[in-house]
Amino acid sequence: MSDAPLATEAPRDVIAASRAARSDFAVRLRANSEYVVIPLFALAIAAALFALFLVAIGKSPVDFISYVWRGGFGTSFSLQNTLQRSAPLILTALAVAIPARIGLIMIGGEGALVLGGFASAALAIPMIGHVPPMPTLIVMGLFAMAVGGFWVGIAGYLRYARGVNETISSLLLTYIGIAIMNFFVEGALRDLTDPNKPSTKPLGSAYMIGTIPGTEVHWGFVFGLVLCVALYFLMSRTTFGFAARVTGGNFRAALAQGLPVGRLIVTCSAIAGACAGLAGFFEVAAIQGRANASLAAGYGFTGILVSFLARHNPLIIPPVAILFGGLVASGGLIQRRMDLPDATVLVLQGLIFVVLLTSETLYGRFSIFKPPGEKDRT
Amino acid sequence: MNDAVLTVLIAMLGGAIRVSTPFMFVALGECLTEKSGRVNLGLEGTLVLGAMVAYAASYHTGSPWLGVLAAGVAGSFLGAMHGTICGLPRVNDVAVGIAMMLFGTGVAFFFGKPYIQPEAPRLGSIPLGFWSDSPNLKSALQVNPLFFVGILIAIALAWSLRNTRWGLVVRTVGDSAAAARAMGISVNWVRFLTTTVGGFLAGVGGAFLSLSYPGSWNQGLSSGQGLMAVALVIFARWNPLRCVAAALLFGGAGAIGPSLQSVGITQGYYFFNAAPYILTLAIMIATSSAKHSARDMPGELSMAK
Repeated sequence: MSDAPLATEAPRDVIAASRAARSDFAVRLRANSEYVVIPLFALAIAAALFALFLVAIGKSPVDFISYVWRGGFGTSFSLQNTLQRSAPLILTALAVAIPARIGLIMIGGEGALVLGGFASAALAIPMIGHVPPMPTLIVMGLFAMAVGGFWVGIAGYLRYARGVNETISSLLLTYIGIAIMNFFVEGALRDLTDPNKPSTKPLGSAYMIGTIPGTEVHWGFVFGLVLCVALYFLMSRTTFGFAARVTGGNFRAALAQGLPVGRLIVTCSAIAGACAGLAGFFEVAAIQGRANASLAAGYGFTGILVSFLARHNPLIIPPVAILFGGLVASGGLIQRRMDLPDATVLVLQGLIFVVLLTSETLYGRFSIFKPPGEKDRT
Repeated sequence: MNDAVLTVLIAMLGGAIRVSTPFMFVALGECLTEKSGRVNLGLEGTLVLGAMVAYAASYHTGSPWLGVLAAGVAGSFLGAMHGTICGLPRVNDVAVGIAMMLFGTGVAFFFGKPYIQPEAPRLGSIPLGFWSDSPNLKSALQVNPLFFVGILIAIALAWSLRNTRWGLVVRTVGDSAAAARAMGISVNWVRFLTTTVGGFLAGVGGAFLSLSYPGSWNQGLSSGQGLMAVALVIFARWNPLRCVAAALLFGGAGAIGPSLQSVGITQGYYFFNAAPYILTLAIMIATSSAKHSARDMPGELSMAK
């Protein structure tokens, strides 16, 4: 995909930047508002299509919205539930956004989440009772990040060294990662005292990570926000980030400049995997309390959509993730009250994704977003 | 011990034929689409939707073959959607493929919920093992007619890509859109058609999953077969006949786990389940190169570099 990079806004940025130097704030605002208006427009179209879909199957779109509001945002309890669920979405969206900056479409977040979560649980089990909770949790988190980073790093390395398509390889690695977890959870590491669902031994409440004081929201949400800010600065304010964006914009130019392209690609992939692995750690240490098949709950796939909707900008990811966290959180309520299958949320997500990508064709079509002198150019 | 090995080998033969059929259909569909210079990563979603629609149609009409047809039609709808969206300027076909994968799976799960329980009529098989006394061989050679349909389609596709006018048109569009435009061919229209037909074939592959093997509809029916089939096309170097051979190889890899289970070896079942994914990845590593594009790759394709 080096020939057709995702970050198509690069040349536009250059034009905008050169003009901003001698022009005023209004011009910049006008040029950038395109990236806000068009995704919002796409969201509105997708919502309208979904409303038509609901009407066609005899359900009320108004009910749907009110249940999403009540189940995801309306009460203090539901809002906290939403924030809880948006934590893994923030982290898995980062796992898509960082490689996207360097021109890669990585969709292996789900695999890194599952494997990272499982690895942290497997590491913790022999430590329980011998090592105090705090060091155990720190080691678990670091190990989850290392495993996740290694996993997605493989896809990045294969892309650079062997030209293997990273979209396919990262998704294959996801399936392999889930199979590895199942292999251990159903075999060597299975907790035989629990006959219901094959799981590892539980961590026990003393070794669970707590919630943010005064709330029911676990610390993963805070870590997600901190990482978003940190990675925004890394990607847009450091030499590393600049080199990565140059590589994403024009692979050949980056090579010709002597940038360490291979190291950049592998590092970006590893950062991505580490974010998703950390999401897995929080799912284990804050929610599930053990590793089992519930880790593969689809957060990695929803994270892809969150990142695309945020235009791979780490600072925009949290609000978008909270929006989708609310949608996921209200899924149960919608299922019970409206008698809709749990896949309803999947249909809505798929629809939003398709419409959003279709809206890519609208960029540069409206002269209202262009600086005054440029209106006659295309 | 020898008997056990023979049992495993026979089970693997039968398994290879059964497991390979959906791979074959998806790979043939993707092969046609990619020949015209476009990638449809969404065939995983098409496969799942095809499986659901086939099962539902077979349940309601009582005819599994109508189910196969309905799956094909549903698949071509998804293909047409992908083809239309990617025909717009500045739209990335790989990203749209991911979106279509999620959309197709979502729609299939949404409408498929009521069909998880009921029993729908399945496709019959042709007993090719009639000459043998071995019950193992007999059950291994219960071959579904769709397997042969797939091989016929592969031969027809290979022949017409090479020898017919529309085959030349598809190859021209895939190798150089500029040349095709100069000839007065509508590049978008050709790609729309190949994606639609590719979707039809992938939908039929899904019908095999729910109506023959494993032969039921549930949400875990396909886990990546559609995606592996896309990878398989690169390995088969965009040749329909090699797609069939590669599908059989993948089918054999997918059959290792269940075959070992049939003689009572359940150790490492999950590992053997992962075998097809690992094989796919290994093949992709072996056949790709960072320095030059894959052999026989259509010139307009942006995916394998």
